[in-house]
Amino acid sequence: MGVRVLVLRAAGINCDEETAYAWERSGARADRIHIRRIIESPATLSDYQILTIPGGFSYGDDIASGRILGNQLAHHLGEAIGGFVDRGGLVLGICNGFQVLVRAGLLPGADCPVRATLTHNDSGRYIDRWVRMRAEAANCPFLEAGEFFDVPVAHGEGKIVIEGGAANLPAFERTGRIALRYVAADGAAATGDENPNGSIGNAAGLIDSTGRILGLMPHPERAMDACLFPQHIRDNSIETNGLKLFQRAVRHFA
Amino acid sequence: MGLWRFEVSSIGAEPDPAGLSVRSQLIDFGVQSVEQVRASRVFVVGLPRSEPTKERQTADRIGRFLLADPVAETCRITGESDPLPTANGQAVEIHLKPGVMDNVALSTAAALSDMGIAAISVRTARRFVLQPAPVASELARIHRLMGNACIEDVFLGTRPLMPPPEPPTYEYELRHVAIRTLDDSGLITLSTNGHLFLALDEMRTIQAHYLRLDRGPTDLELETIAQTWSEHCVHKTLKSAILYRGAAMPGDTSSTTERRYDNLLKDTIARATDELIREKRGPQCLSVFKDNAGIIAFDDTHAVAFKVETHNHPSAIEPYGGASTGVGGVIRDVLGCGLGAQPIANTDVFCVAPPSWPNDAVPKGVIHPKTVLKGVVCGVRDYGNRMGIPTVNGAVHFDARYLGNPLVYCGCVGLIPRDRIEKQVNPGDLIVVMGGRTGRDGIHGATFSSAELTDTHEDEFAHAVQIGNAIEEKKVLDVVMQARDWVTPDGKRMCLFSSITDCGAGGLSSAIGEMAADGGAEVELDKVPLKYAGLRYDEIWISEAQERMVLAVPEENVAALLALATSEEVEATVIGRFTDTNRLVIRYQNNVVGELDLRFLHDGLPRTVREAEWLSSPTAAPISNQRETLSPEKILEKLRNRLSNPNAASKHWIIRQYDHEVGARTVVKPLVGPGNGPSDAAVLRPRPDSTRGIALGCGLATEATERDPYWMAVAAIDEAIRNVVCVGGDPSRTAILDNFCWPRVDDKRNLGALVRACQACYDVAKAYGVPFISGKDSLNNEFSLDPADIELVRNADKTDPTRNGRIAIPYTLLISAIALVDDVNRCITSAPRLLNGYGELWVVGMDNSSWQDASMAKLAAFHRCIADLIREGRILAAHDCSEGGYLSAIAEMAIAANISVDVSIPAEGLLADPFGPLISAYVVQPKSADVFMNRAFGNGIHACRIAKLDSDAFNPAIKINGATATIAELRRAWQAPLDW
Repeated sequence: MGVRVLVLRAAGINCDEETAYAWERSGARADRIHIRRIIESPATLSDYQILTIPGGFSYGDDIASGRILGNQLAHHLGEAIGGFVDRGGLVLGICNGFQVLVRAGLLPGADCPVRATLTHNDSGRYIDRWVRMRAEAANCPFLEAGEFFDVPVAHGEGKIVIEGGAANLPAFERTGRIALRYVAADGAAATGDENPNGSIGNAAGLIDSTGRILGLMPHPERAMDACLFPQHIRDNSIETNGLKLFQRAVRHFA
Repeated sequence: MGLWRFEVSSIGAEPDPAGLSVRSQLIDFGVQSVEQVRASRVFVVGLPRSEPTKERQTADRIGRFLLADPVAETCRITGESDPLPTANGQAVEIHLKPGVMDNVALSTAAALSDMGIAAISVRTARRFVLQPAPVASELARIHRLMGNACIEDVFLGTRPLMPPPEPPTYEYELRHVAIRTLDDSGLITLSTNGHLFLALDEMRTIQAHYLRLDRGPTDLELETIAQTWSEHCVHKTLKSAILYRGAAMPGDTSSTTERRYDNLLKDTIARATDELIREKRGPQCLSVFKDNAGIIAFDDTHAVAFKVETHNHPSAIEPYGGASTGVGGVIRDVLGCGLGAQPIANTDVFCVAPPSWPNDAVPKGVIHPKTVLKGVVCGVRDYGNRMGIPTVNGAVHFDARYLGNPLVYCGCVGLIPRDRIEKQVNPGDLIVVMGGRTGRDGIHGATFSSAELTDTHEDEFAHAVQIGNAIEEKKVLDVVMQARDWVTPDGKRMCLFSSITDCGAGGLSSAIGEMAADGGAEVELDKVPLKYAGLRYDEIWISEAQERMVLAVPEENVAALLALATSEEVEATVIGRFTDTNRLVIRYQNNVVGELDLRFLHDGLPRTVREAEWLSSPTAAPISNQRETLSPEKILEKLRNRLSNPNAASKHWIIRQYDHEVGARTVVKPLVGPGNGPSDAAVLRPRPDSTRGIALGCGLATEATERDPYWMAVAAIDEAIRNVVCVGGDPSRTAILDNFCWPRVDDKRNLGALVRACQACYDVAKAYGVPFISGKDSLNNEFSLDPADIELVRNADKTDPTRNGRIAIPYTLLISAIALVDDVNRCITSAPRLLNGYGELWVVGMDNSSWQDASMAKLAAFHRCIADLIREGRILAAHDCSEGGYLSAIAEMAIAANISVDVSIPAEGLLADPFGPLISAYVVQPKSADVFMNRAFGNGIHACRIAKLDSDAFNPAIKINGATATIAELRRAWQAPLDW
């Protein structure tokens, strides 16, 4: 039987349907399962090759974005997820799911020499706009280094910051944890709104040391059909379709 | 219990957006001395008493692992024995009042339990340190600028640790109201003091009923009747008999008329729908006016539901809470229509006073319009985004007359399988309340929303303010959707419940009263889960606590439904049973606290004939087509001014804060083109496996309102239709919704205005083949000023908004349109693009300069024709233009596309004035110049080439008869006014 994906549900997760749909469109079988069922029976994870934490406002993002769900993962499923990744499983966190992975300590990971986190956008406001990003990581099964995506972002706390600030950026870059970066339309370094939240190093997504855990702020599942692209970039950017991220992960297990 | 205070702040190196936002708020309102504001979040947690070092260790764990981010934040922890933190500057703490919902505290308590910590209490607060401390005169204003006294306590300095207040205790005591012995003035006093808002004849009817019963009503019975009979719940004005005298309606032969309407709504708006359904015109209407939302067919298997509500009064008092619960309420309307529709899009329209209103001219009881607008935007944002429902379409309209009564319209569209539209309560079904717990919040909301606001309402109705919890509602949504399409162990699809409705205004009283209307119900109030102890039985019954749904569940399905709810962490409780006795019996601890005859409750409202009058001539002055002769430079200057008028200016500050793409359904977004121009309407693709779509647009034409509300309604409907046509909507399969917001309707003229608007709705709906499927009204939107404030307000705006010491809103009719789209891939936007280097913009529109002269049949054909050209791919971009003239529309299209345009203004004719209002027109980009041949054009409809497009990638500009302005400069003018 083909690749099986567990799409996590929890109070306030609200992108689970379209995320499961993106997996189905990519040839996987996706089940949407509530976190309580997994806490009741962590062995459920072993039926799956991919775990996805979709976007939303888990538990209202009360205290901080993704904090409460991240807290649940850390306290109830830390071991189970660790084992899942060790066995070669892939983990994808999109938007709020990325925030959850960061809060749970899974990204950039306890072994990362420079600590990183997600915080409020520089504007202080939630923002929804389309951005372009480029894959940087070569060791991430979801991505191919150098490829572009046109995708929407929709978040209030998407700014990646690192311990020690800009002075530590070279050290952080050397860890190879920056998997995706915001870029300008022509691929040059992002400036202004092209980096929608003020993320350090224009980082849009991070991986752990294995490359098997990927978290990103933009929403590839909202860019899987031509008609969902803004009309003015629809004609020339279909190769930047977000679906390829899901397809590549499915092929990884083929 | 040991109390611990946690103060979480971002580390110094990181920007502090919450602090910056408070500082800009202070500066907006004239507090100049504060140079910096640092924000932090405060949590006060009560831990079980234990050995002091152990307790401190627990507190450290909480601070480090739960409350503060290890990289970006620091946490200061203070126990009861520690000195309170001091501040370098003026500390201001904003604490929620006791009893006000604190969602973060609830989540924090749950997260603590995940960590194995059993907290006894959690409360949260926001803290700001103002540096340097403001001067005394400024400090005095801090309370009002930084908090809302309705729900928050503003504390200067660090508030000492205090245990949470004990909830009041309640001992049951049945209370009766001695209505039988009252005279008329006694009845009026009872209605006023009891906040019943019932008229004398209604009070007399109730009195007579209880005289017949030979007993006095219980307080609960009286409240139930008042709510059921409130304007909000029963729409007694729109449904009443009206005798209209005055100016004739168009089509009448004489200049004055007298018309009698037995039921204004049924005789106008609903009648148009009935007739269109019979004539098989318009979309296929599956449920109109009877359910919580109107429903039209989408395809063979699915239908779409649409509802638009207002939440004006609560938003006037607490903009954030009012708007967010307005969104929550309209989402529940959609979730509670049929057997539950899945919400897929929200809309929002705000009418407020100009944001530039002088700070020192805000009357008592009123919140500054800029604060109102910021608050309602944040409320809509936080609720919609959290629910995962995209907010895709809306409008903002500024007018000084909305100062006392800002209007907040919230709409929601849902997708529903066609076999889930019919619902039927069966006797014997159990009554299940699902979702949030019941508290004292929102008591009297239904009657309150039917009242006029005064300068003291802020205090009297603080309890009517509700705080939303979107996540609770999202959980309820998840349960209802699974219960609706429940799959039995043997693979059969069924619905676990037989009927559902939302608990909105009027709470359980309204919801159960309506569901039981054809049968009866018995309710046990002590079974209702409460947020805290101390609620009286009547408070439980009428509380408008949010996020609750009421379901009728066959006994054999109850176990499955309750288990499903539990598995999703949603509370669901059986609180009674539906019957066939025609009686509503309400018990509390085995005592009958109310027993109502449902026939009296639902049919007992006395019907009165209301008198309406509209005296001014129905053929008011036509829109002026006098040409102003302006030099090209003057035209550009006027264009910049037009673009930077707040009503026309870019709403990106609002739009970008809304998630308008969640759900992956949004095809045409609210900002379009590389230059982020305005979209006319939104398009969604509800189902990913189908190319069929829906277009959502709206129309609001308050500028025509004083001349004649009849033509105002015509203009609003036409605008809504143009908007959906512009993106590719099918005007022959479009449905519309009406939302009337009106000043006092006990005034004959205001009621006459309402009659004229309703009559116009009938006439246009019939002519266009566009049925109304749902509607709602909010009447009595007037504000009576404290006499000391009257002069202040009169002098604040060049158009004095006051009349006799009051501010009445203009007649405001919002029309929302939902149109089917055959293929979303053929949708267009207002952003033109060159095709092989060629591009032109044409103005197409009616030849008439006033609505009175235009033929409605011709208008309908005109919209049909434009829609056909778009469907055939012969029009590549379209933008609505009307009251502002065509030049603003062209500039907006150039801004959207970031493209050069060369405009040639005709020397003569209707288009000689580029700013002259056009009654119904589009600016379009044809694929080729021959597109308009062989069509209806020329026959009362003009099509005029007005501009050439030119790609200038580096510095696009608009040229008008030789003068030039860059698009970048116009975009700045357009974006600056509301770029907060």
